[in-house]
Formats: sequence, C-alpha cells, structure tokens
Amino acid sequence: MPCTEFSPSIFTRPVYADLVSRGAAPAIMLADGDGAEALIDLVARDASVMEQAHVMFIPLATNHGARLKALGAPSYHESPSFAACLERFQKALADARMGTSLYLAGTEGLIGQAMALAVAAGLAPGAIQAEHRGSIARRMQCVHCKGVTEAVTTDPFVCSHCGLTLFVRDHFSRRLGAFQGVCVDAETPGIVPPTQEIQP
Amino acid sequence: MTMQFNDETFRDDYTYRNSPEAIRRFPFPFDQDSYMYSVNLEPHAGGREGTPFNKRFDVDEHYVSEMRDRAITLADDPLRCQSLPHMELAGWDFLELVMDSKAEDYPDLFSLTKDGDRWHWVNRPLGIEQRFTFLDPTTLPCGPLEYITRQTQGDHALLDQREGNLWMDAGMVTSQADWSLDFDVGMNFFEWHAPVPKAHEMGIFQRALKFLLALPLSKPSRRLNWTLTVNPRLDTSPENYHKWGPEKRTVTPENVGAKQHLRVELQTLWRLPRSNAIAFPIRGYLASMEDLTTLPKWGRRLHRVLRDLPDELADYKGFTVNRPMIVDYLSKFDDGVPTSAGIYPDETGL
Ligand code: HEM
Repeated sequence: MPCTEFSPSIFTRPVYADLVSRGAAPAIMLADGDGAEALIDLVARDASVMEQAHVMFIPLATNHGARLKALGAPSYHESPSFAACLERFQKALADARMGTSLYLAGTEGLIGQAMALAVAAGLAPGAIQAEHRGSIARRMQCVHCKGVTEAVTTDPFVCSHCGLTLFVRDHFSRRLGAFQGVCVDAETPGIVPPTQEIQP
Repeated sequence: MTMQFNDETFRDDYTYRNSPEAIRRFPFPFDQDSYMYSVNLEPHAGGREGTPFNKRFDVDEHYVSEMRDRAITLADDPLRCQSLPHMELAGWDFLELVMDSKAEDYPDLFSLTKDGDRWHWVNRPLGIEQRFTFLDPTTLPCGPLEYITRQTQGDHALLDQREGNLWMDAGMVTSQADWSLDFDVGMNFFEWHAPVPKAHEMGIFQRALKFLLALPLSKPSRRLNWTLTVNPRLDTSPENYHKWGPEKRTVTPENVGAKQHLRVELQTLWRLPRSNAIAFPIRGYLASMEDLTTLPKWGRRLHRVLRDLPDELADYKGFTVNRPMIVDYLSKFDDGVPTSAGIYPDETGL
C-alpha cells in the first residue's frame, strides 16, 4: 500500500509525503499498522537510518512486526495500542539529543498525537517527518464538549463523549493533534444529512 | 458630558438596543456598493470626532453590559481565555497599553496613578479599584490579559512573533464570529486563517503578514471586518453553536428588520514594547437592519452589498439560508439612487 494521496483542501489539513532518510543520526521511529511498510521502504532507500534507531510499532491488525524487527534497529518494541506505548514514546522524546530525527508512519490518529507530543517536548518541527499509510480514519475533537473521538471514518459521526452528531471539518490543530467536529444539526435539531465514508 | 451606560442583555431576552447616537456613530464597513476581501489596513491614528475610530480603545454605551456578558460566558467556559506560558509578558504589555490609553482618553471614567511599579487603577463604570505591582502577577486577582480584557470591550488575541510568522499564543475570546480560541491557540497566521475562502488565493494573507511583521511601535493599524448575526448575541462561538444555531432559523419577513444584525469588527493591531508581540483587539459593534436603514445611504448600500455578495462569502459568513429574506427586506430601502463615496452617512454631519 503506497503513501496516501490527499485531495486538495485548506491549509491546516495535514498532507504527508514519503519519509526521507536523515542518515545514521539518532532516530525515534513510531509506526502503526501499515505504517511499518513506510519504514521498510525507507530502509530500502537507505539502510543506515536504522543504525541508531529506536523503533516502536503498534501492529493494529497487521502482521508486519517480524519484517520490521528484522531491519535490525538497536531497539525494537511492539505495543498493543498507542496508549500502551505512550510512556515509552515520551521517555524517548525526553531523552532525545540535538540532531535526533523523529519518523512517524501510519494512521492520522497516531501521527497527529505523536506530533503534538513531540512539539510539546521541544523537538524542532524540522526534525519531525510523517508519512501516512493505512486507514484514513481521523482523530476528531468535539468543539462543544472538547472530547476526542478516535478513528472516525464517517461524516457525520456521533461524538463518543457528549453524543452530539458532528460533521468532520478539515480544520486541524497541531497542538491537539486533531481535526474539528461541529454539530451538524445545530440549526435544525434532528435533521441530519446521510452518513458518508470520509475521503482522504 | 458623562457617558450613560445601558442596562441590557445579549442572550435570552435580548434587551440590547442602540440609542440614535449609537446608530449615528456605527462603524458602517462598506465604503462602496460592493464588497470583496482586500488588505484593508490603515493607520489607527484617530478619526472623526465621535466615531469609534477617534479613540485608541473605544468605550460606548454598551460597555458595562458587554463586560457582564463576558463574565457569564467565562464562568461557563474558562477556556475562552488562554495564555501559553511565554505570553505573560505580552499580557502585561497589553494591560499597560489599555490602562494608559483609557486613562488619557477617558479621564472621567478611568484613572491610573503610577508610583514606580506600584500602580493604582480606577475603573469607575465597573466600580473597580485596584492597587498592584506592575509585572508582579501575585498582585492581581488573575493573569494580566484576563484582568484587563474583563474590562475592555471586544475580543483580544496576542500574537507572538517568531520564525517569520505570528502565533496566536494567547487570547480572550467570548464574542467571536464562530471560531474557537481553544482550537486555534498555538496556530500561526496561515493556519488560523485556513478556513477563510478566496483570500489565500488572492494573496491577501501573504501581504497582510508581511505588513504585520514590520509593524512599528506606536504606529497601530486598523481594519474593519463584518458578518451577520441573528439577534444581538455576543457569544456566537462554535462551542455553543448547538445552543444558538436554532435561533438562526427564527427569522421571518415580519421580524427580519429587528432580528437580523450587522456585526462589525473594528480590528486594531499594536506592537507591544517589551515582548515584541502584537495585540489584536477585535472590537464588535451590532446594529439591526431597522437601525441601519434609518440612514438612507446605509439602507441603499447594504441592500446592494448583500444582494451582490459572492455566494462563497455568504456561505462562510453563515447567512445563506436567510439571505433572500434579508435582501428582500432591504430592497424596500433602495430607490436606486447613487450613493456617495466613503462609509459615513450623508445626514449626520459626522
Ligand atoms: C494578526 C491578527 C489577526 C488575527 C488574530 C486574525 C484572526 C482571524 C480569525 C480567527 C478568523 C476566523 C477564521 C475561521 O473561520 O476560523 C479570521 C478571519 C479573517 N481574517 Fe483575520 N486575523 C488577523 C489579522 C488579519 C489581517 C491583518 C487581515 C487582512 C487582510 C485578515 C483577514 C481576514 C479575513 C478576510 C477573514 C475572513 C472574515 C470574514 O469573512 O468574516 N486578518 N481572522
């Protein structure tokens, strides 16, 4: 599955390109699901990126783990979920030295959250790269109750916190690592447009 | 003459009203019979006596009630006022700017006495008296930005300048035209403007940012922006959209003149001395269609502008559903006579 192509949108809607090797410099690599293949492709272009890499992988429902591990990073770890990986990832960010590169690959939810954490931890934006692979599900913040609903694939969707029916905006906050969801039937309570699959 | 302050509400029973004087001085935003986005920046260096452009921070008859409405909104949602840690100094800069300006421009309403860094602030309309030490946050009941913007009409953003961009890293936003400070805080100039149609392609934001990055001290700028609001409601936030949204559908041909308001923002831009940040007050003014059409030039012009506005702008500003009713109502005030140049009405002698 190649890098996702996104349709034209507003400026804040993140778009991601192929990962580019920064060579043998220290690296933190975090991937979920098919994001593993982005790392595998990266290594195919330049094997030296793995020399000082700390790889964290959340398989989701994929079985890329064995191939990813075989790339030979000095530190390789699998986690069952992003939440389970959080402490480890934050420790890696806190330990990062000047010149450390962060490679993110996989779903928008993973990329959005990891990027927000990395920027908050003081990593230079230029040291962070992300490549989208796999599900185009979005992490959505409800503008009303502020709760985040993970892995949203339809528009509209129901906020998992307050239960309002929200439409999916392209407006994205890097600080929150989330898109904005806004009540779809605010003006006409109960009149909700048909549900559609969201598009890249 | 001392100012009379209205006792009025901006929610529930909506008792907000403009006096004839407030209508006369309304900052009508259209200087011609059509409207499109532009880099409409000019020096904020005074203006005709009696207009909102005249003073640095305009205070009008709605001041006390607006501040009461802000307090209600903040009690319900403290996230309307945020300041990232590095913005504290900019908050003090802004507090000083407002206190100095108001005390000089409205000596019968406000006074500020400085004894070194020991300051004494008196705000008579709100009945506030405060002794505090400038730059010492423990001497104020809340942060400096929150303190001064609970006493200053309009929303406010403080922009940090770095990496050749402006970053919205602090603000007090309780009367916005449907955007969320909580969502936008930490964004740069292009990011927070992302939802605006057309203006990016027109190069407006690139040119505006270039101008702002070079904004000098003591040379503030200003521009006008506008939208339409049903009922004189200040809190048209996305946070509460599910609460005020239904009101947008209560407009009828009978009540449109009273319910439909033009909401004008007088936005000013100030370089701050210690932090090098920019302060961006967004001072809002509301007038109903009935108010505005008491001045024939404004009635004619508003009709032509709203009738001919590109659909994308009407959609973005959120009045597409009510547009036919509004234009129909206003058409009765348009006899086709040419209008004079500029924003001022012909009749008022302003
Ligand atoms: C630096 C301070 C400024 C801040 C904090 C600011 C903030 C904003 C925000 C939050 C919005 C709403 C975006 C949304 O829909 O979510 C907006 C809209 C807009 N801004 Fe700014 N802005 C600033 C300066 C400017 C300047 C200098 C211009 C000059 C051309 C400008 C032009 C516009 C336009 C044309 C819109 C669309 C307004 C409408 O149609 O109602 N802004 N601005």
